[in-house]
Amino acid sequence: MSILPDGRFVDDAPYDPNVDLSAVDRSDMDASNWLLVWRKFRRHRLGLVSGIFLLVAYLAIPFAGFFSPYTPNERSAEYLYHPPQAINLWHENEFIGPFVYPTQAKADLENFRWNYTVDETLPMPLHFFCTGAEYNLFGFVPTKMHLFCAPEGATVFILGSDRLGRDIFSRISYGAQLSLTVGLIGITVSFLLGITLGSVAGYFGGSTDWLVNRAIEILRSLPELPLWLALSAAVPSNWGPVSVFFIISIILGILDWPGLARAVRSKFLSLREEEYVRAAEMMGAKPSRVIRRHLLPNFMSHLIASATLSIPAMILGETALSFLGLGLRAPAVSWGVMLNDAQNLASIEIYPWTAIPMLPIIIVVLAFNFLGDGLRDSLDPYKV
Amino acid sequence: MSPLLEVQNLSIGFGAEPPVVSSVNFTVNAGGTLAIVGESGSGKTLTCRSILRILPAAAQMRSGMINFGVNASKQELLALSANDIRDVRGSKISMIFQEPMRSLSPLHRIGNQVSEVLTLHRNMSLVEAKKDVLAMFERVGFADVDRAYRSYPFEMSGGMRQRAMIAMAMVAKPDLLIADEPTTALDVTTQAQVLGLMKDLQFDTGMALILVTHDLGVVANMADNVVVMNKGRIMESGPAAIVLGSPAHGYTKRLFAAAPMIPEIAQPADPILQDDPILKLSNVSKTYVLRAGGWRKTIKVHACKDVTLSVQRGKTLAVVGESGSGKTTCARIALGAEQPDAGSKIIFQEDKSGVPVSVNEMSRAEKIAFQRQAQMVFQDPYSSLSPRMRVEQALMEPMEIHEIGTKASRWDKAAEMLHWVGLKPDMLKRYPHAFSGGQRQRLSIARALTLDPVLLVCDEPTSALDVSVQEQILNLLEDIRDGMGLSYLFISHDLAVVARIADEVAVMRQGVVVEQAPPETLFYNPRHPYTKALIAAQPEPDVNRPIDLDKVAIGAGSSASWPEKYRYEGANAPDLIQIEPGHKVRCNV
Repeated sequence: MSILPDGRFVDDAPYDPNVDLSAVDRSDMDASNWLLVWRKFRRHRLGLVSGIFLLVAYLAIPFAGFFSPYTPNERSAEYLYHPPQAINLWHENEFIGPFVYPTQAKADLENFRWNYTVDETLPMPLHFFCTGAEYNLFGFVPTKMHLFCAPEGATVFILGSDRLGRDIFSRISYGAQLSLTVGLIGITVSFLLGITLGSVAGYFGGSTDWLVNRAIEILRSLPELPLWLALSAAVPSNWGPVSVFFIISIILGILDWPGLARAVRSKFLSLREEEYVRAAEMMGAKPSRVIRRHLLPNFMSHLIASATLSIPAMILGETALSFLGLGLRAPAVSWGVMLNDAQNLASIEIYPWTAIPMLPIIIVVLAFNFLGDGLRDSLDPYKV
Repeated sequence: MSPLLEVQNLSIGFGAEPPVVSSVNFTVNAGGTLAIVGESGSGKTLTCRSILRILPAAAQMRSGMINFGVNASKQELLALSANDIRDVRGSKISMIFQEPMRSLSPLHRIGNQVSEVLTLHRNMSLVEAKKDVLAMFERVGFADVDRAYRSYPFEMSGGMRQRAMIAMAMVAKPDLLIADEPTTALDVTTQAQVLGLMKDLQFDTGMALILVTHDLGVVANMADNVVVMNKGRIMESGPAAIVLGSPAHGYTKRLFAAAPMIPEIAQPADPILQDDPILKLSNVSKTYVLRAGGWRKTIKVHACKDVTLSVQRGKTLAVVGESGSGKTTCARIALGAEQPDAGSKIIFQEDKSGVPVSVNEMSRAEKIAFQRQAQMVFQDPYSSLSPRMRVEQALMEPMEIHEIGTKASRWDKAAEMLHWVGLKPDMLKRYPHAFSGGQRQRLSIARALTLDPVLLVCDEPTSALDVSVQEQILNLLEDIRDGMGLSYLFISHDLAVVARIADEVAVMRQGVVVEQAPPETLFYNPRHPYTKALIAAQPEPDVNRPIDLDKVAIGAGSSASWPEKYRYEGANAPDLIQIEPGHKVRCNV
């Protein structure tokens, strides 16, 4: 630094007035949108953990039968309302590996409930990669292989058993197959309807926009729960569980699209004002090209975030319907169907573990919300 | 005399990066004005925000001391507790922000927002405060102070809102006012008036002023001392007269050379020949119909009225006007993006012997052909390129739309166009967000050129750019025009920018052209009071040529205050009359 005689300060660090015109100004921005979103999302700890958890959960769905010791409708008639069992490793300070103690049911005829006595003298190690009841791996490969099963003469009810002596843990993992996918199918239906109607309304405006908006408002004004009830009541009762499942998810999707359509429409309206869209129009691009090349790619990420945030509503919707007995029906297994068994206050009081299927619902819904939140925060990577 | 504010060795950084403001020192004397000059990213805003400690949450103060106050009341602002700094803000030091549209709460009446300062810091009741606020409103030049007190921000124009902001900042009689680009978002005549107001108020109250700006002209008009910043460092600082009179540092020199100026003209230019128009607008009017809501009658707004202009082949016609003057509407109509009212005629003639086509009545095929001939360059370089497309995709898109050439030949063309705008072809694989505003504006010019157009409509192509970049882009546009034989319709709000590039200038005000001439003629002999005001309001980076506020006030005021010859009421403007060859003025004969 130097001070000139006339009292002014002049920086004397070397200064090069020639700037390289082609030099990259922000090298951190020189990447595709997906990469930038990922870089930002990676820093959202909660969202990242939730995302990994959900990924693992969905990847595990085809293997539900393999991870469960029982099949969903396999009854152990001797063990009704069995409380959750611990899996131990040490017996009398000696390591034996995973084992369970055998239990014996006794009817308490005064209180009309089942009591179980544990025989702590006899550790019975679990079997691994053992054969049990037959199920379909991936839904179509019949096999009897399970990751672990109960030893002969004992049971392994990690989360207890229900009214008919079925293993709750196994039922939860089978139930995940329906409960988790109902959201995906529902969201697909709602996506298709929402994007089509929302973008038509947003791009063409005028009377189309008016029509779509009024339809949305009417749909939104209908009381949700009775409507679900009415629609599911319309499903013929002689249909198989799988068709009921599809119908339920489609119903959920049909009722969910208005929110998405509104999001798409408003995004469309604001994106249309961007200069690159104007530029494309002035170059002579047709509306279909403008939508395909300029509008859709730029709001796809917003759509995915809002879809992630609406999957929990679908899962909760299915649970609520099944809980009321109007969604999926036995022998199909879903978390809502399982909770249906927990409707009886008295049985929850005596056998609280029958309400355990609430836990996976809470965890999955929270995970989706965290993931959606993280995605939403990282969507606009160009802002600092 | 000890200074009022002393900033010592201030450094600010983000995360683990090198500091964005490093070792900044300056002082402000009581009653003095310091200007901090710099381009975007120079750290000038962070520097002045650190005085009030309103930095973004992620910013770290790496080092520094800020002493405020004289003698006994001296405080180290960076060491104050959160409570104590709150007593300083708005009371001893207040601040004006750049965006008058966003810095006032839309839910509160102006009067209540301004009174809040007094009820908070001077323990006044609302009734007492109102008296002071009304006096302040009077001082900042509101015609009807009671009405201003009751109105909401959205009822006011940008200039009025900035006056309200100034009233709010000054009502508690602070010792120091920090103004962060207070006039950048305003029209040039409004800017002149707001600057004049700030100077008067400073003279009355004796407060000190820190003026953050990118405009050397504003500095010359306002400041005693100046600090020139670049990339977070002070390049040069000292008394304004010395620094502006003979800049010592290379950066200051460059900034100075790039500052747009209205040249001194010795003699008017010859009228340009009007025999070979490429685009001719005759009697173009555009009326928008606003629905007033409810059952009230619809409102008609004239965006432009009876505009007759012609762009000569190989020349540049500039349309100059302030916001709302209808200049952008004219450009959009000229490109056929908007339909003018009935009776308007727009004729485009590709080459001298070509068939004239009427832009507003084209068939689909004619329109596609026309779109290849006439392209547009947009104002905002940050939103005119899609963030999802690589540079090559963006540059090849026009050719894809018009189905020109093969993929390889399109790529070659894109590379060639990059070369034309001074960039290297290895940029093709990159994404537009990696580049600075100036580079991106080059990219969008390159995109407009890929179809080999003959007419380019530039809608304020330099107004979102830094001064030195603006200069480069103007040079580039000139080179391209001469190298490729293009014709420009150039839209701008800035007479100084237009002065160098235009062959003919049309000055627009509220939808009508008030004066039209080659720039030299216009600057040598401006006739219309509005043109005179525009020229007078242009701040010059020369301390000896201050803005003539009287001239600005007359021309920028309502048309009823003009001299008899130019006066008109409402929409009944007089005709545009040729007063000398090539020089037309709207006046009564």
